[in-house]
Amino acid sequence: MARIIVVTSGKGGVGKTTTSAAFGTGLALRGFKTAIVDFDVGLRNLDLIMGCERRVVYDFVNVIQGEATIGQALIRDKRLPNLAVLAASQTRDKDALTQEGVGRVLDDLSREFDYVLCDSPAGIEKGAHLAMYFADDAIVVTNPEVSSVRDSDRVLGLLASKTRHAERQDGKVNEHLIITRYAPKRVSKGEMLSLQDVQDILSIPLLGVIPESPTVLQCSNAGTPVILEDKSEAGQAYGDTVARYLGESRPLRFVEEEKGFLRRLFGG
Amino acid sequence: MGILSFFRSSSKSSASVAKERLQIVVAHQRRENQRPDYFLSLQRDLLEVVRRYVTVSDDAVKVEVDHQGDCDILELNIVLPDR
Ligand SMILES: Nc1ncnc2c1ncn2[C@@H]1O[C@H](COP(=O)(O)OP(=O)(O)O)[C@@H](O)[C@H]1O
Ligand SMILES: [Mg+2]
Repeated sequence: MARIIVVTSGKGGVGKTTTSAAFGTGLALRGFKTAIVDFDVGLRNLDLIMGCERRVVYDFVNVIQGEATIGQALIRDKRLPNLAVLAASQTRDKDALTQEGVGRVLDDLSREFDYVLCDSPAGIEKGAHLAMYFADDAIVVTNPEVSSVRDSDRVLGLLASKTRHAERQDGKVNEHLIITRYAPKRVSKGEMLSLQDVQDILSIPLLGVIPESPTVLQCSNAGTPVILEDKSEAGQAYGDTVARYLGESRPLRFVEEEKGFLRRLFGG
Repeated sequence: MGILSFFRSSSKSSASVAKERLQIVVAHQRRENQRPDYFLSLQRDLLEVVRRYVTVSDDAVKVEVDHQGDCDILELNIVLPDR
């Protein structure tokens, strides 16, 4: 049985797809069989971030509707043999996803894989609901910014009430916070909510902090999950995050401003 | 605005303003999340009943759900017009 992990946030553009690609690739790097499923029907992007957009033949909706088998639709990663992507459909709408259909596909994937990551669309409508419904773990991706934090709190409310675990009362979804696009310099100037601020408000365990980094854009240009750029801060921060998820303890990095000589001398 | 309050308000960082605003909005949101599904229709029906007897404004009936241990307590607050 695979563990099903939803990557969710409520708000769009905060880094769910970037995180799904990096985290899923990170689990595969650690030797786990991992599938990443794009739930953003109509706005598929995970294939681009993973660099497999030209190999999409069948998609998630095709499998749900019996037009292709899961084996035909899964795109095996060229870099890592134990990693695969299931693309979202670009031409259908969100109503093509049904709870029964999604459940069937996740069951099939659970037989082959150790982890199944569900990359949620933005919003709290059907696509986002189905992405979280079957989850054992939730990764809530939040930017240190008011609307993102509020939306994350809203999503936490839904995770506690609108998931299969909540309905069956057979345990709860494990919640993990990943703060992305963190800019320590702006935090120390008082322009950006700090890690502590965000944690105080959401009060769920912090799994990782990913700094704002130009490497993320370079990687999406190239179709490389940023965790494979292991010289970059963002890549290393995702590596730490995966390690913590797997139970290793890693200190937080890239969360303090690099201090210049004078500021180190005089504090502040 | 006096000199002192000017300095005080400008020395407060925008991040701490953000945090305070979030704390309020999130607390409100969580209360709303805990409301049962029938909450809005209950509030509407109560207002209707009160209006059979007195004329009150739309926000005269306030309903809150309070959780205490195993039980939920429904708190009603009805403001009647000035005598
Ligand atoms: N750590 C980061 N540093 C800089 N840019 C980032 C970072 N994380 C995400 N981004 C950028 O933010 C945008 C939205 O990211 P994406 O993963 O598509 O968000 P979502 O899936 O939540 O809509 C993209 O342009 C991405 O390159
Ligand atoms: Mg996305």
